[in-house]
Amino acid sequence: MELINFLEMEIIMAKEKKKKKNSELEFASGGYRIGGGIKDLPHNLGLDIKRNKLVYILLAVILLYFIIFNYIPMAGIVMAFEKFSPRRGIFGSEWVGLKNFKDFFEGPYVGRLIRNTVAIGVLDLVINFPAPIIFALILNEVHNKLFKKSVQTISYMPYFISAVVACGLVVKFVEAGGPISTMAAWFKGTEPQNLLNQGKNFWLIYVLQNMWQGLGYGSIIYLSALSSVDQELYEAAYVDGAGRFKQAIHVTIPSIMPMIIMMLILRMGAVFAVGADKIILLYGPANYQFSDVINSYVYRMGIQEANYGLASAVGLFNSIIGTIMLVGTNQITKKLSGTSMF
Amino acid sequence: MERSYKYKASVSRVIFMVFAILLLVLIALACLLPLWHVIMASISNPTDLNVAKGLVFWPLRNVDTGAYKMLFQYQKLWRGYRNTIMYCALSCVITGVMTVIAGYVFSRNRFKFRNTFMLIISFTMLFNGGMIPTYMLIRKLGMIDTIWAFVIPGCLNVFNIILMRTSMQGISDALEEAARLDGANDFVIMFKIILPLCKATFAVVMLFTIVGQWNNFMSAMLYLSQRDDLNPLQMELRTILWQSTKEISSSSDFNAASVYARSIEYAAIVISTLPVLVVYPFVQKYFVTGMTVGAVKA
Repeated sequence: MELINFLEMEIIMAKEKKKKKNSELEFASGGYRIGGGIKDLPHNLGLDIKRNKLVYILLAVILLYFIIFNYIPMAGIVMAFEKFSPRRGIFGSEWVGLKNFKDFFEGPYVGRLIRNTVAIGVLDLVINFPAPIIFALILNEVHNKLFKKSVQTISYMPYFISAVVACGLVVKFVEAGGPISTMAAWFKGTEPQNLLNQGKNFWLIYVLQNMWQGLGYGSIIYLSALSSVDQELYEAAYVDGAGRFKQAIHVTIPSIMPMIIMMLILRMGAVFAVGADKIILLYGPANYQFSDVINSYVYRMGIQEANYGLASAVGLFNSIIGTIMLVGTNQITKKLSGTSMF
Repeated sequence: MERSYKYKASVSRVIFMVFAILLLVLIALACLLPLWHVIMASISNPTDLNVAKGLVFWPLRNVDTGAYKMLFQYQKLWRGYRNTIMYCALSCVITGVMTVIAGYVFSRNRFKFRNTFMLIISFTMLFNGGMIPTYMLIRKLGMIDTIWAFVIPGCLNVFNIILMRTSMQGISDALEEAARLDGANDFVIMFKIILPLCKATFAVVMLFTIVGQWNNFMSAMLYLSQRDDLNPLQMELRTILWQSTKEISSSSDFNAASVYARSIEYAAIVISTLPVLVVYPFVQKYFVTGMTVGAVKA
C-alpha cells in the first residue's frame, strides 16, 4: 500500500514538473509552445506584445522613421496650395488654392520645361530601357567564361563612379577640344565646338551619359534571369529544328519577359522624374533652353529662390504624372500579358 | 552551363559572333578608356595637355606630378575627404543598426501583421512627398547645416530592409528559440546569433551605404547653406571641376598656376575616385548578389 502510494506520488510530481517546465518553455518562446507556430495556436496579439515588448518597441521605431521621413513629407504637399512661408508653417500659411499651379502653367518656362522633361524622359526610356536587355542577350551568347566575366566586371564599374565625376567627364569630353567633340568635328568636317550648348544635343548627351553608367549594372538582373532559364527548353527547341536565333526569339525572350515587364512598369513610373542631380551638374545658362527640366526647376525655385509653394506645386504635378504612368502601365500590362506589379 | 549538343558553325552564326564580340569589346573600352584618359592626363606635362586634342593614352612628353603636389596643399579637398569618411562611418553605424532591426522585426514568423507593415513601408518606394516637402521637414527638424542631414534621412531604405529580411528568413527558428531558452533578449539574438549568419547580406548593405555616401552630393546641395566646412568630398570636387581653380593655385607655392588648371581637374578626379576603383574589383561580386536578390524579391 505504502509503496503504491509512493509511486503514485512520484508520477503526479513528475507530471507536475513536466507541466511547469512546459509553461516555462512557453514563456521563453514568446507565448507559444515550442514547435507550434501560428497553425497550432491562434495568434494572440495582446499576449505577443506583452511577451515581446522589445520587438514591438523596435517595430514602433522603424515605423516612426518611415512616418516622419516618408509620410509627413507626403502630407507636406499641402504646401503646393499655400503661399508657404517657413516662419508661419504649414498650418499658418495663407491658403491660395490652385494659384501656384496657375502661376506655373502661365509662367514663361512651362513650355520648355515640359518639352525637355518629356524629350529626355522618352529618349532615356527608348534607348536605355532596351539597351541592358540587348547587352545581356548578347553576353549570354558568349561562352568563353573569362571573356564574359571580364566584360561584365568592366561594364558594371561606371555605375560606381559618382555623378559629379561622370558629369565632369562629360563636360570635359564634349567641350571644344575634348575627345568626343574633336571626333564629332572630324566626322562633320567642322571646327570642334562645345556640344552641350548645341541645342537638342544636350538630350542625347544626357541619355548617353546615363547609358555609360547604367548599361552594365542594369543588365545584372536580366543576366541572372537568363541563367535560370530551363536548359531543356533549348534542347526541345533544338530538336524541333530551331537555330540559335529562333531559340533566342522563342525561348530566351519569352522566359525573361515577366522580368522585362516588371522593370518596364517601374521604369514608366519614373520616366518623367528626370533626376535633378545630373541635370544640375550638366546644365548652365548657355543651354537652359534645352536642359532645364521640371526637377531642376523645382530645385532652383525651392532651394535657391525659396519660392516653396510654387516649387512644391510643380513637384506635385510631376509626381502625379509619375503615379498615373505607373498605374497606367501596370493596368495595360496586366490586360495584355497577365504580368503586373499590383 | 555548357549545352550538351553541337551546332553547325553556320556562316551567319560566325558573323553574328564576330559582331557580338566586337560590340562587347567596344563597350568594355568605352567603360575603361575615359578613366584611363583621366589618369594619364593627370600626370601629363601640363603645357602639352592644354593643347592636346583627343584621348590621352600615355603621359604627354614627361610624367609631371605638379598637379598632385598642388592638390596636396589644397586643404579644402582633404577636409572634404575627412568629412566624407566621417559620413560614411556614421552612415554605416546608423544604417547597419536600423536595417538589422527592421530586417529582424519583419522576418519574425509569428508576427501576424508583418506583411501589412511591410506594405506600408514598401509604398514609400513608389510615392514620396518630393524634394521641397522633404527639405521643409529637414529644416523643421533643425538638421540644416548639420552632419545629421547627411546620415539620418535615407538611413533606412526599403531595398536594404527587403535584402536583410530575405536573408534572415532563411535562418532556422530553432536557433532563436535555443538562444531564448538560454535567456538571450532580442538584441542579443539579433546581433550575436542572427547577424553573424547573414554576414554576406550585411556586407552588401554596408557596401551600398558606403558607395551611396561616397558619391553623395545632393544632400549638400539641398541641406547645407552656410556651413562650407561640412562639404563632402564630391562638393569640393564639383567646385574644382566647375569653378575656377584659381583658389587652389593661390594657396600653393606654384606660380605657373593657370598652366596646371586642367591637370588639377584630372588629378582631383583621380584622388577622389581612386578608393572606389581600387576596392571595386574585390567587392563587385557582393553588389551583383545584392542586386539580384533585391530585384527578385522586390
